[in-house]
Amino acid sequence: MPAVTETLDTVSAVTQSGYKWGFETTIEMDLAPKGLNEDIIRLISARKEEPDWLLEWRLKAFAAWQQMAEPHWARVDHPRIDYQDLHYYAAPKKKAGPKSLDEVDPELLRTYEKLGIPLKERAILAGVEGADGPQSNIAMDAVFDSVSVATTFRSTLMKAGVIFCPISEAVRDYPELVQQYLGTVVPMADNFFAALNSAVFTDGSFCYVPKGVRCPMELSTYFRINARNTGQFERTLIIADAGSYVSYLEGCTAPQRDENQLHAAVVELIAMDDAQIKYSTVQNWYPGDANGRGGIYNFVTKRGACRGARSKISWTQVETGSAITWKYPSCVLMGDDSVGEFYSVAVTNNHQQADTGSKMIHIGRNTKSTIVSKGISAGKSNNTYRGLVRMLPKAAGARNYTQCDSLLIGDQCGAHTVPYIESRNPTAKVEHEATTSKIADDQLFYCRSRGLSEEDAVNLIVNGFCKDVLKELPMEFAVEAQKLLAVSLEGSVG
Amino acid sequence: MNAPIATGVPAFLARFEGLRTRLPGDPAPRLAAAEVLRTLGLPGRRNEAWHYTNLRPIEDAAFSEPLTALRDSGMLLARVPHIGTRLVFVDGRFRVDLSDTPPAIFRPFAMHARFGDLAQPAREPLVALNTMLAEDGAIITLPNDADGGTITLVSLATEAPGRTTAFHPRHQIRVAAGARLTLVEVALGTGTYLHNPVTEIAVEDGATLTHVRLQDESPSAYHLATLYSSVAASGTYDSFTLTLGGRLSRTEIHATLTGAGAIAHLNAAQILTGIQHADFTSVVRHAAPNGTSRQTVKNVLAGSSRGVFQGRIEVARDAQKTDGYQMNQALLLSPDAEVNSKPELEIFADDVKCSHGATVGELDAEQLFYLRSRGVPASEARAILVRAFLSEAIEAVAHDDARAMLERAVSDWWEQHPA
Amino acid sequence: MLDIRGLAASINDTPILKGIDLTVPQGEVHAIMGPNGSGKSTLAYVLSGREGYEVTSGSVTYDGKDLLAIEPEDRAAAGVFLAFQYPVELPGVGNANFLRTALNAQRRARGEAELDAVQFLKLARGELRRLAIAEDMLKRNVNVGFSGGEKKRNEVLQMAILRPRLAILDETDSGLDIDALKIVAEGVNALRGPDFSALVITHYQRLLDHIVPDRVHVLAGGRILRSGGPELARELEAKGYTDMVAEAA
Repeated sequence: MPAVTETLDTVSAVTQSGYKWGFETTIEMDLAPKGLNEDIIRLISARKEEPDWLLEWRLKAFAAWQQMAEPHWARVDHPRIDYQDLHYYAAPKKKAGPKSLDEVDPELLRTYEKLGIPLKERAILAGVEGADGPQSNIAMDAVFDSVSVATTFRSTLMKAGVIFCPISEAVRDYPELVQQYLGTVVPMADNFFAALNSAVFTDGSFCYVPKGVRCPMELSTYFRINARNTGQFERTLIIADAGSYVSYLEGCTAPQRDENQLHAAVVELIAMDDAQIKYSTVQNWYPGDANGRGGIYNFVTKRGACRGARSKISWTQVETGSAITWKYPSCVLMGDDSVGEFYSVAVTNNHQQADTGSKMIHIGRNTKSTIVSKGISAGKSNNTYRGLVRMLPKAAGARNYTQCDSLLIGDQCGAHTVPYIESRNPTAKVEHEATTSKIADDQLFYCRSRGLSEEDAVNLIVNGFCKDVLKELPMEFAVEAQKLLAVSLEGSVG
Repeated sequence: MNAPIATGVPAFLARFEGLRTRLPGDPAPRLAAAEVLRTLGLPGRRNEAWHYTNLRPIEDAAFSEPLTALRDSGMLLARVPHIGTRLVFVDGRFRVDLSDTPPAIFRPFAMHARFGDLAQPAREPLVALNTMLAEDGAIITLPNDADGGTITLVSLATEAPGRTTAFHPRHQIRVAAGARLTLVEVALGTGTYLHNPVTEIAVEDGATLTHVRLQDESPSAYHLATLYSSVAASGTYDSFTLTLGGRLSRTEIHATLTGAGAIAHLNAAQILTGIQHADFTSVVRHAAPNGTSRQTVKNVLAGSSRGVFQGRIEVARDAQKTDGYQMNQALLLSPDAEVNSKPELEIFADDVKCSHGATVGELDAEQLFYLRSRGVPASEARAILVRAFLSEAIEAVAHDDARAMLERAVSDWWEQHPA
Repeated sequence: MLDIRGLAASINDTPILKGIDLTVPQGEVHAIMGPNGSGKSTLAYVLSGREGYEVTSGSVTYDGKDLLAIEPEDRAAAGVFLAFQYPVELPGVGNANFLRTALNAQRRARGEAELDAVQFLKLARGELRRLAIAEDMLKRNVNVGFSGGEKKRNEVLQMAILRPRLAILDETDSGLDIDALKIVAEGVNALRGPDFSALVITHYQRLLDHIVPDRVHVLAGGRILRSGGPELARELEAKGYTDMVAEAA
């Protein structure tokens, strides 16, 4: 029997008023005129005081973008995006870059407090009043619309030799590093959205961890879209030099609006010999209302290059937001014995559409990859897992294990799986499993007969379903993620 | 000066022009099909469903009409086991002289040309090609509750020196309510040719069709088969395809479960070597509740061969209590072999049990050593393990003679290509 | 009949056997005992010809032949049998079919007449009866779904049918209860005779209560530390490996 009516009602009550991050911040903004052309790109580059080489790079990307066509092979349906009808630069007027916290517009600080994101380091240690989010020991780069507004704990990190700053700053202060690595994992012409991003990206995080250093704290960036009719294009670049380790968290929210907003980010990760990068995302962009109006279009290219031997890159994500999600965090396993991991929970409700998954490209010998993807569909949503496991001829002894499971709540939604498996080496082993299920009536009844409410029962079962993924998240995020899951699927509002 | 030889679609369209008046049946569907072919052309890499299989060789070849078969196909025919009532087609044309007495339920397409409504020529260029040029085929119609026994359809292609021929048989099988039939199909040939059959199968309420297919075409042939089946309430369509031959082959099977409790098995095994490329694409659509589907496909790839498996399970909103299972395994026997696998699930109903699994690997070293340590020579040990790998798929074939035919075909293959 | 001289072997460039000298005359049963990691299984695998082991020096002569130069299936035909510690499963391969294929392959290699299905079944049934193993074991797939005890029984059945002249038992007793252990012992003892030799590799002494060896060797750190009669096994049991290794150092 399909899910009982009460469960359906519970679930559908969700996004009426469930998105508690939907408020807007009134603050003076410096907005570039709408439209996308060379002048806008020059304007962006000038505002950020960029060196010539970067402007050239942007212009090349723009030229490439103009030759490309929007991709339409994913199982997502959306009206044509008018790329000329967006502002490509929006920054809080007072400061065009991160300064000391005293100089940040107090309105902004209040915004982050409301979101539960502590920016004052003292506040971090003391615990911000009413904050739910990550507490101490996390260095944070806060990005508001197109710019980074504050980065905490920078001096502590500098002592360890770790560079963590907005990419706009890194371009000025560490140009050789940026130039050496930018665009080497996701080339500017890799795909339509990557090319767009390369042309108009405004900010994002840059991190470099030197040889042998275990980054002393977790790094994170919190992205907040605020201005209307803007596109968000951040660019993140993380380099872990030989023998180093860094754990990075990414969080995102946006105000509740009727129009769709575009978010096209690019994340490049590079791990050298024996280095490890752990990249966790809790994505909660505004998903649109119960009728599918509004919501963020989340088109992201994320790729990690395991360049060194025995290097490791892990992607962990909990995706509950955005009207449309199109992202495939990938690992290119070049170094022998390198490891790629992808753990994901993707929830869709109402009219959300997600087409997400991972690509693992095995090039080196004895490389290993693990993909665990849990999709939960509810309402009238569509949730697709799309993955690629490719074993190239030299990938002797390579191993992949993929598990993708779908949980359907209600009979109006869809769950789809489209894995591509390509192997050109006989000693490479690929194992793939996928299952589809629902929350069974007898499971629900069992929980309720033991005293749990229907809501609690659904929550418990969903958590059990996602257990394998949630345990990969850094502790602070795990708690937030579980809460997010509960909110996305239940009627309770925080 | 020689005029450039037309190849691919233009050549087929030209041939249609030449043959039009002589082709049997209503010309309207043929004309519509020609239009589709003219507009769409053959499927290319951009077509998602043809992502892994390249039809360039067909685009580049100039196919001619088969000659009225003068050559003796006796040698080829001798290789075909005689199971049930044997009906023989040579180069796509029914040969009453080489066949057993045709049963009443059989009529050749050449005499009774009728296109069914299951095939989709408007969407599939190869089906349009067949609709345009089909000359003959088997039309088998069983009345209610009839037991059709076992019928073997044999397709032989004879070598025509200097000519690359193409033929497009059109088959229709209808098993009415409560009836049963076992249909064995064997395809053999010599030389280079294109065999492009389209088969439309209707299994009605409570009826059963067991379909065992052996594709052992010539190593330089092109075999592009498309089958559409529709299974009504409590009906069963149980099919198994063994692919051994052909330079480039694709078997595309669609099964739609239209009635409650319908069952469809689309199982297959492909054993390839050399430069063979074989693609097995299957789509099961659950349109009604309580349906059961199984797709177990095994690929054994040696030499520089390439095996492709694309399998989709689609479950419609109303198809609750569907039980769909798909398992695809590939064994790579050489470092130059390649496998591409895309097992898909498209689920819109929540009370279902759907799963798929896929594995790729090589023969297990531990198992090989165990056999050798007991005295079994290396190549025989490999043969035992490959046969064991395939047995799960072949054992599913219930019909004893048909299964024996498949097992012998596998043994023969191994003897000719000891790895 | 088995003469091992200065045998050294490595796995992935790590030396495991560091110079083994051992002679097993025809008709004798020798036990090899040692702590974990001493190289016991390595010795068994090198003798049976498994891949992944590199012999870096030394020689192994069996029946006057250079054993290391022969392929695994030819060693089997020459009468070598390795009873595995963890017998692998062969899904889809019927037990009866497997045994008959192996037996006939060996007979063919030796120039003997092969057995047809009827003859084989008669032979197999006789051995099954003797070993008190249910006939349905023949119908199952090799080791698939077999319990630990059943797998060992299957190894013993194979020995009874293939009749090796040198049996190497690699920790056959690990994880067995006393009943299964007895079956293994009976299987080996039934083969004992002037034409049969065995190397019983074990960690514990209790198997040797049932298969009484002619000689016992202690293997530690890739070398044979001490050799002696059956009483050496009891001494080892009483002292433990650590002390004995320390004494020998």
